[in-house]
Amino acid sequence: GRQWQELPPGKRKKGERGSGFTSEQIEHLHRRFRQLSRDQLTIRKENFDSIPDLEFNPIRAKIVHAFFDKRNLRQESSGLADEINFEDFLTIMSYFRPIEMNMDEEQLDRFRKEKLKFLFHMYDSDHDGKITLQEYRNVVEELLSGNPHLEKESARSIADGAMMEAASICGPDQVYEGITFEDFLKMWQGIDIETKMHVRFLNMETIAHCY
Amino acid sequence: MRQVSSVGLLLGLMALPAALGQRSSGSPTQHNRTEGYQIVSFEWEHVKDPYIIILWILVASLAKIVFHLSHKVTRVVPESALLIVLGLILGGIVWAADHIASFTLTPTVFFFYLLPPIVLDAGYFMPNRLFFGNLGSILLYAVIGTVWNAATTGLSLYGVYQTGIMGHLDSGLLDFLLFGSLIAAVDPVAVLAVFEEVHVNEVLFIIVFGESLLNDAVTVVLYNVFKNFVELGPENVTGIECVKGIVSFFVVSLGGTLVGILFAFLLSLVSRFTKHVRIIEPGFVFIISYLSYLTSEMLSLSAILAITFCGICCQKYVKANISEQSSTTVRYTMKMLASGAETVIFMFLGISAVNPAIWTWNTAFILLTLVFISVYRVIGVVIQTWILNHYRMVQLEIIDQVVMSYGGLRGAVAFALVALLDKDIVKEKNLFVSTTIIVVFFTVIFQGLTIKPLVQWLKVKKTEHREPKLNEKLHGRAFDHILSAIEDISGQIGHNYLRDKWSNFDRKFLSKVLMRRSAQKSRDRILNVFHELNLKDAISYVAEGERRGSLAFIRSPSTDNMVNVDFSTPRPSTVESSVSYLLREKAGPVCLDMQALEQRRKSIRDTEDTVAHHTLQQYLYKPRQEHKHLYSRHEIMHSEDEKQDKEIFHRTMRKRLESFKSTKLGINHSKKLNKIHKRDRGQKRRNSNVIPNGKIPSEISVQDFTLKEKDLEFSEAEENNDYETLHLGKGVDFLADVTKQNFAENSTGDMDHDVEMTEYSSSDDKLPSYASDQLNQNQSVSETPHHFFPSCLQMPWTHNYYSLENRGNISLSTVSEYIGSCDPSIPDLFWEAGTDSNNKETVNSGYGSEVSYKSENSQEENSLLIPEGLEDSYVKEPQEKKILLDVQGNYRSAAARRVQSRRSFHRPKPLQHPKLQKLASLPTSCHVPPHSLEQEETQL
Repeated sequence: GRQWQELPPGKRKKGERGSGFTSEQIEHLHRRFRQLSRDQLTIRKENFDSIPDLEFNPIRAKIVHAFFDKRNLRQESSGLADEINFEDFLTIMSYFRPIEMNMDEEQLDRFRKEKLKFLFHMYDSDHDGKITLQEYRNVVEELLSGNPHLEKESARSIADGAMMEAASICGPDQVYEGITFEDFLKMWQGIDIETKMHVRFLNMETIAHCY
Repeated sequence: MRQVSSVGLLLGLMALPAALGQRSSGSPTQHNRTEGYQIVSFEWEHVKDPYIIILWILVASLAKIVFHLSHKVTRVVPESALLIVLGLILGGIVWAADHIASFTLTPTVFFFYLLPPIVLDAGYFMPNRLFFGNLGSILLYAVIGTVWNAATTGLSLYGVYQTGIMGHLDSGLLDFLLFGSLIAAVDPVAVLAVFEEVHVNEVLFIIVFGESLLNDAVTVVLYNVFKNFVELGPENVTGIECVKGIVSFFVVSLGGTLVGILFAFLLSLVSRFTKHVRIIEPGFVFIISYLSYLTSEMLSLSAILAITFCGICCQKYVKANISEQSSTTVRYTMKMLASGAETVIFMFLGISAVNPAIWTWNTAFILLTLVFISVYRVIGVVIQTWILNHYRMVQLEIIDQVVMSYGGLRGAVAFALVALLDKDIVKEKNLFVSTTIIVVFFTVIFQGLTIKPLVQWLKVKKTEHREPKLNEKLHGRAFDHILSAIEDISGQIGHNYLRDKWSNFDRKFLSKVLMRRSAQKSRDRILNVFHELNLKDAISYVAEGERRGSLAFIRSPSTDNMVNVDFSTPRPSTVESSVSYLLREKAGPVCLDMQALEQRRKSIRDTEDTVAHHTLQQYLYKPRQEHKHLYSRHEIMHSEDEKQDKEIFHRTMRKRLESFKSTKLGINHSKKLNKIHKRDRGQKRRNSNVIPNGKIPSEISVQDFTLKEKDLEFSEAEENNDYETLHLGKGVDFLADVTKQNFAENSTGDMDHDVEMTEYSSSDDKLPSYASDQLNQNQSVSETPHHFFPSCLQMPWTHNYYSLENRGNISLSTVSEYIGSCDPSIPDLFWEAGTDSNNKETVNSGYGSEVSYKSENSQEENSLLIPEGLEDSYVKEPQEKKILLDVQGNYRSAAARRVQSRRSFHRPKPLQHPKLQKLASLPTSCHVPPHSLEQEETQL
C-alpha cells in the first residue's frame, strides 16, 4: 500500500469537525494509527494483535469487532468492513469523547444515545437490531471469562437473570424476541454513564508500546 | 474525692438519688480505716478509673438514645452538634460542683484510643473504586490545599498582628504558622459526622472525606516542623531545616502509607488461614490494623495514613476470606467502636471547653481566624478545582465547590494537637486553645447545622440509593473492558489502563496469595449482586408466601380438593408467620447507616406492595412473572396457552435430563465427585452427633445434583479408585432409575397428604438421601439403565452444610427449578428434616410435587426415591420409608423450601440463605454446637 507521509491538513480539519477532537489529539491518534497499521493507509483486524495489553481483555474480540462494524462507522449499510482508514478510526474513538462543558441538553442526549448505540451494536452480534437471549449470554460469558473459577453455566444463569430484569423494565413480550434499542435505552434510564463511557484523550505522547 | 463526687453527680443526672454522690464520697476512707476482715468493702479507688470511663461512655450512649427519640431534632441538628452542646452542659454541671475541670479530652486518649477506630472504619469501608478514581483530586486538595490553608492563615494572622489590632501577643511568626498548620486541616471525624447525614453525591463526599483523611500527613508534618522551629527559635531556622521539613513530608506520608500496606498484606495473609479459628477471626482485623497505627506512630510516620491504607488495602481480601458471620461481626464491631468513639469525642470536646483556666479571649484574633480559614478555604478550593477541571472527566461545578468549601470542618484533631502544645515554648497556648475550640464549635455547630439546608437550597446532586441491578453491573463491567481496550488501542496510559493492569496483576498474583482458594472463585462483583438480588427475591418470596398462605386459607379451606391440591400454599400457621416476621426483623439491622436503614424500610414496604400485587396475580390472572421465569429458560416460549406450557415443560425436562447426563459423564467430575463423597462421609461421621435438628436438609438443594464445583480447598481426601469406579458411570444411570421409580410411584402416590414425606433414618455412615426429580412420565421412559447409584453420596446433604467455606459453589438450576418456573400452578418441592430422638442423625427428606395443568388432570406426584437394593457399601439399607405426618415439622422449613424451590432457578450457588435456614430450624434447635455457627451465614 501507499506509505503515509503526513496527515494532510484538510483531512485533519475534517476529522476535527466530525469527531470533536482537538487537532493535537488527532495528531496523536494519527501517530498511533500509523503505528498500528505499520504505516499503511488502513487497519485490518490483524493489526490489533500487535497490542500486547489487549490480549487479556475478555471481550477483546467484541471490541475489535466493533471497530469494523459498519453500523458504528456511520455508514448506511450494516455488516463488517475488512479494513478501516484513519477517519473511521477517529469515528470510533469519538464515541468515547468526554462530555464537554458547553453541551446543551439535546446534544447531551444525542451524545448519550450514540454511546449506548455503540454498546448495543456490540451486544447485537447478528446485526438484527435485537439482543436476543443467546447473544446476551454470549456477552456475559465472555465478560466473566476472566474469572477462571466461574463456570459457564453460572454466566448463563446470570445472563438469564439479567434478561429477566430487563423484562421487568421493558415488558416481557418484547424481550421474548430480544431487546430492541428502545428497550435498551429504557434500561439505561436514570443511570449515569458520564464516567463509564469516556476516555480522556490526553494531549500527550503515546506511551504504550506495541510490537 | 472531687472525681468521686462528680461521678455521684453524674449518677444523679441519670435519675438516681442525688444523695448517692454524698454517700459514696465519704465511704472509701471509712472502710480503709476499719480493721479485721471485711465481708463487704467498698473499693472505689480500686475501680475508679475504668468506672469513670465506662460511666462517661454510658452517658454519651444514653444521650444518643435520647437524641434519636425525636426525629425532628436529629433531622435538623447534626448529632455532633448536639453532643457538643450536651458536653457543654455536663461540663458546666461538673464545673459547678467541682470548680475544676477534671475531665478533658487528652491528646493521648484521643490519638491512641478514639481516633484509630474511626479512621479504621473509614478505611475498611472505603469505596475503593471511587476513592482511587478520584485519588488525584483528593491528593491535590489534601496536600496543596492544606499547605495553602496553613500558610495563608498563619501569614495573614501574623500580618494582621503586625498592624497591632490584636494587641500584644507573646509570639512570633513561627507561632502563627504553627497555629495555622494545626487549624488548617479539615477533620475526618467532623466531616464524617456531618456528611453522613447530608448525603451529597458520592464524588463530592469522597473528595471532601478523602481530603480530610489524607491531609493528616501534611498536618502532622507541618505541625512537627513548626513545633520544632518554635523550639529551636526563629534565629536557628536555616534553609537546611526547611529542606528537612519537606523531605520529612514525603517520608512521613509515604512511610505511613507503606506501613499500612504492609500490615494490610499481613492481615490478608493471616485471614487466609483462620478457617479453624472462626471465633477469633474478627479480632485479627482490629489487632493488626491497630498495630499498623501504633507502628507508624512509633516510627513517627503518619499513623492515620497507615491505618487508613491498611483498611483500604485489606478489605477486599479480608472480606473474601473471613466467614460471613465474622464479616458481620467485624462490620458491627467496627461501626460500634467508631460511632462510640465519635460520640465520646464530641461530648468531650464540649466538656473540655468548660474550663476557665484555658480561656484567653482575644476578639480580633478569634474572629480573624474564623474569617481567614473560611475565606482561604474558598479561595483554595476554587483555584484547585479550576486546575483539576482541566483534567477531570466529571467536572466539579460551582455548586460542588460551594459545598466543598463549606464542608471544611475542623474538629478534634486540631483540638488534640493544640492541647499537645507546651505552654513554656508556645507562650500563647491558651489563646490558641480557645481559638481552636471556637473554630471547632463554629464549624461543627454552625456549619453543620446549615450545610443541610444549603445543600438542599443549592440542589446539590445527592446520592441516589438505587437497588443494585444486574444489567447495570454487567454493562458496567463491559464498559470497564471497553474503556481499557480503547486506551490500549489509542496508546494512552490513562486511568482505565492502570486499573485494568492492576486488576490483572491482582487476579494473577495478589489474590492467589491472599485469598482462600474457595474465595477466589466466588469473588466477583457481578456474582455478588446476583446473590443480593436473589436473596432479596427470596425474602420477598417468603413474605409473599405468608400473605398468600392466609389468602389461600380463606379461599380454599382444606384439602378437600383432591385434584388440585396446591402444595405450594402453606397453611397459615403460627410458625410460618413468625418465620417471616423474624425474617424481617433479621433483615433489618444489617446496615448501620441511616440512609440504608431508610432504604430498607422502603424496600420492605415495596415488598409488601409486591406481595399484594403478586397475590392478585396469583389468583386473578395468569401471572406475568411466571412467564419471565419461563423465558429465562426457553427462548422459544411466547405462547400463553396451556398446551404449550406443558410442551415446554416436557422439553425442558428432557433438556435438563440431558445436561444432567452430560455433567455426570464428564470425566473431570468423577474425581471431584468421589472426593466429595469421601469428604462428606468423613465429615458426616465427625459431625453426626452435633448436627442440630432440622438444619441440614433445609439447606440442601436439588441443585447439587449438578455438582458443578466443589470446594477445592478440601483436598485432604485421598482418592480411592475403588470408589471412583464404583461411582463413575453409575451416576447417570441413577437418574434414569430415579425417574423410573419416580413414575412408578406416581401411580400410587398418595394425594391426600400435602407433602409426601419420606423419612430415612440413617446411621452415621450412611447418607440418607435423596434425589428427586420431577419428570414427566413420557420422558423418563427413554433412558433406563439399570445400575443404581447412591446419588446421595455425591449429592450430599452435607455438602451444603459444610460448604460454608465453599461459598463459591456455583451450581445451577435443576429440575426443581424448572418445575418451579414452568407452570403457574407451581409444583413445589418439599424438604423436611428432622432428627429422631436418640440423637442419631436422621434426615427426613420429603419430596412432593405436583403439577397441575388446568385442563387436564395430569397431576403427578413424585415422591422421594429411595435407593433400594443398593450394593454400595455406604448406603447399606434404604431405610424405611414412611409418610411423615408431622405436619408441624413441615411448616418448619416451609419458607426455606419454597424459597428454594422457586428461586433457585437462576442461582449460581446453592441456596445459602442462612436466615431462612436458621428460621427453618428455629423451633427445634436449642442446642447449637460450635460448628453450626458456620451455618448461619448472612448474605447481606
